[in-house]
Amino acid sequence: MHEITLTVNGVVRQARVPARRLLSDCLRHDLGLTGTHVGCEHGVCGCCTILLDGEPVRSCLTFAVTVDGREITTVEGLAGPDGALSPVQRAFAECHGLQCGFCTPGFLCTATALLRENPAPTEEEVLEGISGNLCRCTGYQNIVKSVHRAAELIAEEP
Amino acid sequence: MTTRMFGEPVLRREDPRLLTGQGRYLDDLGPRALAAAFVRSPHASARIRDIDVSGALDVEGLVAVYTWEDLPEQVGAPLPLLIPHPALTHGRTAYPLARDLVRHVGEPVVMVVARDRYLAEDACALIRVDYEVLKPVVGVEEAAHGGLLVHADVPGNAGAHLVQEVPSAAGLGAGEAIGRAPHELSFRLDIERSASMPLEGRGVYARWDADDRSLRVYSSTQTSTSVRMAIAARLGLPLPSVEVIAPDVGGGFGVKIVHPWPEEVLVPWAAILLGQEVKWTEDRREHFISAAHERGQVHFVRVGFDDEGRVLGLDVTILHDHGAYTPYGIIVPIITATQLLGPYRIGAYRVEFTSIYTNTVQVTPYRGAGRPQAVFCMERTMDHIAAHLGLDRTAVRAANLIQPDEFPYDQGLIFQDGRPLIYDSGDYPESLRMIKELIGWDGFPAVRAAAEAQGRRLGIGIGCYVEGTGVGPYEGGHVQVTSDGRVHVSTGLTSQGQGHETAFAQIAAAELGVPLERISVVTGDTRRFGYAVGTFASRAAVMSGNAIALACRKVRAKALRIAADALEADPGDLEISEGVVRVAGSPGASIPLATVATLANPLRYAFDEQAARATQFAATPAMDRPPVAEGEEPGLEGRDYYSPIRSTFASGMHAAIVETDPETAEIKILRYAVVHDCGKLINPMIVEGQIHGGVAQGVGGALYERMVYDSHGQLLNASFMDFLMPYATEIPHVETAHLETPSPLNPLGIKGAGEAGVIPVSAVIASAIEDAEGIVIDRMPISPSDLFHLRATR
Repeated sequence: MHEITLTVNGVVRQARVPARRLLSDCLRHDLGLTGTHVGCEHGVCGCCTILLDGEPVRSCLTFAVTVDGREITTVEGLAGPDGALSPVQRAFAECHGLQCGFCTPGFLCTATALLRENPAPTEEEVLEGISGNLCRCTGYQNIVKSVHRAAELIAEEP
Repeated sequence: MTTRMFGEPVLRREDPRLLTGQGRYLDDLGPRALAAAFVRSPHASARIRDIDVSGALDVEGLVAVYTWEDLPEQVGAPLPLLIPHPALTHGRTAYPLARDLVRHVGEPVVMVVARDRYLAEDACALIRVDYEVLKPVVGVEEAAHGGLLVHADVPGNAGAHLVQEVPSAAGLGAGEAIGRAPHELSFRLDIERSASMPLEGRGVYARWDADDRSLRVYSSTQTSTSVRMAIAARLGLPLPSVEVIAPDVGGGFGVKIVHPWPEEVLVPWAAILLGQEVKWTEDRREHFISAAHERGQVHFVRVGFDDEGRVLGLDVTILHDHGAYTPYGIIVPIITATQLLGPYRIGAYRVEFTSIYTNTVQVTPYRGAGRPQAVFCMERTMDHIAAHLGLDRTAVRAANLIQPDEFPYDQGLIFQDGRPLIYDSGDYPESLRMIKELIGWDGFPAVRAAAEAQGRRLGIGIGCYVEGTGVGPYEGGHVQVTSDGRVHVSTGLTSQGQGHETAFAQIAAAELGVPLERISVVTGDTRRFGYAVGTFASRAAVMSGNAIALACRKVRAKALRIAADALEADPGDLEISEGVVRVAGSPGASIPLATVATLANPLRYAFDEQAARATQFAATPAMDRPPVAEGEEPGLEGRDYYSPIRSTFASGMHAAIVETDPETAEIKILRYAVVHDCGKLINPMIVEGQIHGGVAQGVGGALYERMVYDSHGQLLNASFMDFLMPYATEIPHVETAHLETPSPLNPLGIKGAGEAGVIPVSAVIASAIEDAEGIVIDRMPISPSDLFHLRATR
């Protein structure tokens, strides 16, 4: 067993985990942050995407012990401290960018990182940016629309 | 304006929790539950000689290991055959844990319970099962020869055989009508296996309360009420002591309507036996090899037609591969057989199917449920006729369409619900006009010529369908207005992303005249509503939507009666808006629904302001009658059921323009257009979303997704690495137009929309590729490699 310390959504958290514990399981079961979902456990679907030091990472392909001391943002940490939804979250609600909601946390984290890097992506850049995440419900059309809308909302922010 | 809620693109009330990680899916529950894992058969066909669990016993954290021999009689009995049918003469279901034979890779053999899933899987890996490996039966045609048998007592591997025949108006049978027709064609059409593949797999979590001897089970299911009845029956518990809840469910698409799964029986049983919470969460490989597949079917078509392309006789023979077991009966081939005729008036029709066992994962409905195959048959037939006669493909369709003045139109068949297949309403010629306009059908030759001049190859395709939706037998709704003015709506069927909390609240808001914010909706929780069928067959909005509307009408009538008393007015003069009952045209005379709710209950402790206020309105009690009048109940609530005489029939037409690369045979969808008619729309935003998602699954089925079994019965692509579901980069922008032909069968005039998008896509894409390439496309899905090889054989 290994003691690890993570900063998750701005809060310092400690966990005692075996070396083989996946980061996705550590977040979900050791830290109780079940917003990060697990769809395939082989790195294809992207449901488990979280932000590791700001970069999107598949938490199901990451051992928890390898991120000791690092900073993590999960879907639970995307809204403001007052609970106000982030522009990306608002855009997904406005554009009906989710149905069952299972893949949504991965898309939200991916889109958040994408727009931080590229605040005004083209159609191609949005498609490319979300092309590592599977959704079985929406057909992606409204997800693409949501990402563009989020870019607008971010641009409107003071 | 509450009265305008129906038909508005209201934003979803589910979204705030789902966007913030506050959704509660199966594996998010029960953080302290023990974990179950399963040893599953690695062989497609084998006899179990021995199971040696001794290696697992030293695993730290191991709690229990169960094989079939450990199961009590009712728990270990074969799973129920949910939908028997006279034609299913040899229905067979699996044991929850394999008894002595395994019939597909993935069949559960041993259940392990341990402190967490990692440890449970450690133990599974140390259990040794000694198998006598048998030669498997793979491939529906090989299976139909019956040389090797999946079940020793099922000759020819034939589980079911069904023939339906509809003679022509002149009384000719299909064979005779085809024989006498000026033209005749025959051909074979194939569709391969795919699967629902929701991103959340199955899962079960059970808690036993030993003090009051009650069981609570959460399952990622499309039918909590039926799971509850199955568990009560299998575990010998009184029904009221079992409650089943479908929490947030991460997609279903059909596969989660099957029940009870082995795990839905075994996990609660173990929880009771161990006196501890037990949870099983399916992993992706398990979902591939132990849930269910669909689509795989072979069709032999013979058609006779006249010079205008009118079909005079149609004879279709279907081989359906239902895998190793038939828990869900023969619904899929029945739907193919009966929905095949689509929007067309066909002279004479004969359809015959044989449903065949193979040593593969069982087949149960996947979104569309046999309709994509049916539409592939009919629409490929229309295209073949057009090619044979040198006619425009839409002209042949137009010549066969049922006309708007012919409804109700009786196709003369018996549908999946055992009731006559009678189309309720539709306007197919208008749909055809709209889809041609939307895709630019008549202008396409110029588009193609311009592309050709640049060395590009384009093709256009079309596909039409009619979809029976809203099958019975019933759903119910319960509506309660509490003394705080809130409205609590519940219905028994479940939700997997369809936005029911929003759409049903819109219906209640419109019916009751209450602001949406005051309405909450609960689905799939047997604590709130015990009688239901489930969410499948595009039935939730039609069935529960209408049931909730009817329940609201009861509540409204009661509210008006009580308010009329209090306001000393005639109930006919009252209206409700913004949650307040008013005398029409007399603004001063009003009473909030909250107060009406308080008045509805003669027991009024002054818990809140409303209760105190209610006494001001309370009339002097009549001493000659009881406080709760005869025929009345305390409280402002109502329950009602909607049970339709038969299904409603939605319809639609899709068209696409594809480009095929002359060198690489890469296939790209340039445009995709949809005309959709599901009657009146409750929430157009949600309906559009359902269509987008359906089309995307259809594109997956047309170009990418197939289950590849080898001759040993091994599923070679049981992962997302190898089973290619489309990403955003593979899905075209979908252009939609709506036609609203209300259903005359239900109070809201609605039809179902959940499956529509997926149904005609393979037919449309095949039609377009054939148009681009001039090569007959008769099997789907088609990959660039398939197309490349087809070109070589031209």
